Amino acid sequence: MTAVTLTVPARRGGPGRFLADLLTVAGRSLRGASREIGTLIPALIVPLFFFAVNVGSLEKVASAAGMGDYLAFQLPVAVIFAVTGVSRASALVTDIASGYFERLLLTPVNRLALLLGLMASDFVLVVALCIPVLIMGAVLGVSFVTGIAGIVVFVLVAAAWGVAFTGFPYAIALRTGNPGAVAASFILFFPFAFLTTAYVPKEALGGWLATVADVNPVTYILGGLRSLVSTGWDAGAIAGAVIATLVVGTISIGLALAALRRRVRVP
Amino acid sequence: MSATGLAIEATGLVRRFGSVDAVRGVDLAVRQGEIYGFLGPNGAGKTTVVRMLCTLLRPTEGRARVAGIDLVEDPAGVRLHIGAALQEASLDLAQTGRELLSLQARLFGLPSDAARRRIAELVELVDIGEALDRRVKTYSGGMRRRLDLALALVHDPSVLFLDEPTTGLDPASRRQVWTEVQRLNADRGVTIFLTTQYLEEAEALASRVGIIAEGRIVAEDTPEALKRSVGRDVVIVRVDGEPEAAEAPLRGLADVERLERAGDEIRLAVSDGPAAIPTIATALADVSGLTVREMALRRPSLDDVFFTVTGQRLNEHGFESLAGGAR
Repeated sequence: MTAVTLTVPARRGGPGRFLADLLTVAGRSLRGASREIGTLIPALIVPLFFFAVNVGSLEKVASAAGMGDYLAFQLPVAVIFAVTGVSRASALVTDIASGYFERLLLTPVNRLALLLGLMASDFVLVVALCIPVLIMGAVLGVSFVTGIAGIVVFVLVAAAWGVAFTGFPYAIALRTGNPGAVAASFILFFPFAFLTTAYVPKEALGGWLATVADVNPVTYILGGLRSLVSTGWDAGAIAGAVIATLVVGTISIGLALAALRRRVRVP
Repeated sequence: MSATGLAIEATGLVRRFGSVDAVRGVDLAVRQGEIYGFLGPNGAGKTTVVRMLCTLLRPTEGRARVAGIDLVEDPAGVRLHIGAALQEASLDLAQTGRELLSLQARLFGLPSDAARRRIAELVELVDIGEALDRRVKTYSGGMRRRLDLALALVHDPSVLFLDEPTTGLDPASRRQVWTEVQRLNADRGVTIFLTTQYLEEAEALASRVGIIAEGRIVAEDTPEALKRSVGRDVVIVRVDGEPEAAEAPLRGLADVERLERAGDEIRLAVSDGPAAIPTIATALADVSGLTVREMALRRPSLDDVFFTVTGQRLNEHGFESLAGGAR
């Protein structure tokens, strides 16, 4: 080996470098996800499985009850199953446990980019996870009355919900640094995904479930997504989905940002 | 860099964790271009001091400047001038070495062409070679350590912190890390602050050594000066025959300051061991009925220094030898 001269000066990070940092963090995250593709298989299989089982077991009942096209009714549910709970929080907690997160803190990286970069990669992942569900829906005969533009908005709303939900596992990862706690955060998926209009319309729900579904943001997101598939451009329904996503996103990402602030603070 | 010529200056550094005083008032003055060995047993406060100097912990009391920049007033400025390879190589095992180096370069704001050049330089410097494009999970412990070192150097820091850089490595990998540390210092003038619990490592690498015990620096000087300050060379002679017959002639030698005998072993405290050995051998050759079976020279060690300044042996604190295992 020969002696070398290292000549490039380091540069101080700053607000102008935020986007570059975010893309760098997101790129690394997506590379990591592509090498742990097995972790995404449940997110791919579960929605397709539920889509097939729900339609197969309930389509005739729904038809007899006058619910119309049950395939179109179930497609948004399958997409919500695909995008809810998918995040790189487990990779983040691995970084914390291994000390790599601390190494990143010794660089001038924008601290916000450490979280938002992961969320940006989650956005790409959940958009990718929507595609097989949409293809399966198309194969089974589901069509969008709102056309291609409706499909784009459908995917964007679903992906935005998926990213809004990631705030919870990130908050847990940053707060605890505990892989077990992050894995357990998947439990949050169940009340959001099932205590809602996943199987029947809101009018058909009764008792406590109707009350819970009324306050479950997924009810409004499903309403918006279903309108894009079956009804047309329903501004009220789409606005409901967007507002529900914003409310959940504000809470969950707020929690994640608070946990990030605590994690990166010099103790 | 500091106008004082000091790469690291600390005064009265204190760090408390609740009611525990981990560091109890550490003063440091590490010159630019120096390799400073920070020696102490587990729990002595070494890592806490390093984490404060790397801006990962805030001092409870005291002040410190690294590369001339105040730790508390401008931690981000300090980070631009330091590199750190902390305990255990902190790496993303799913990425390749090149990907991690590229990422580190981008986060430090190096343009892509400069980053490529820098990575090529670092690969040569730390001898990662063709493993660069393999995922880190396939690397050996030594390779991970060397990659960790390369990551710490991406932005060309003037001060490098190495926290127990060879712990857990096999002897060959340790020697390789030592060689790289020495080359970094010699070729590039990087100031290196090295913590270790290996006596041999401190002696091999450091131009000055600070010994920390219970959160305080209890001795500081060059390894040789520290050893000279605490004792004499000891010549150990094992004999066959009647060892008591050797006492009188040995006590008569000018070089011998003290003599102790236990069984067939005679211990002679002398001021200059290598110079005294021929004289001792000659004196023993004249004693009838006595055969010298073995003669050895034991020089004061940093362990002796530690014993002198703390009243305890290093091995009582779980110190290890490079030969492996607790001593």
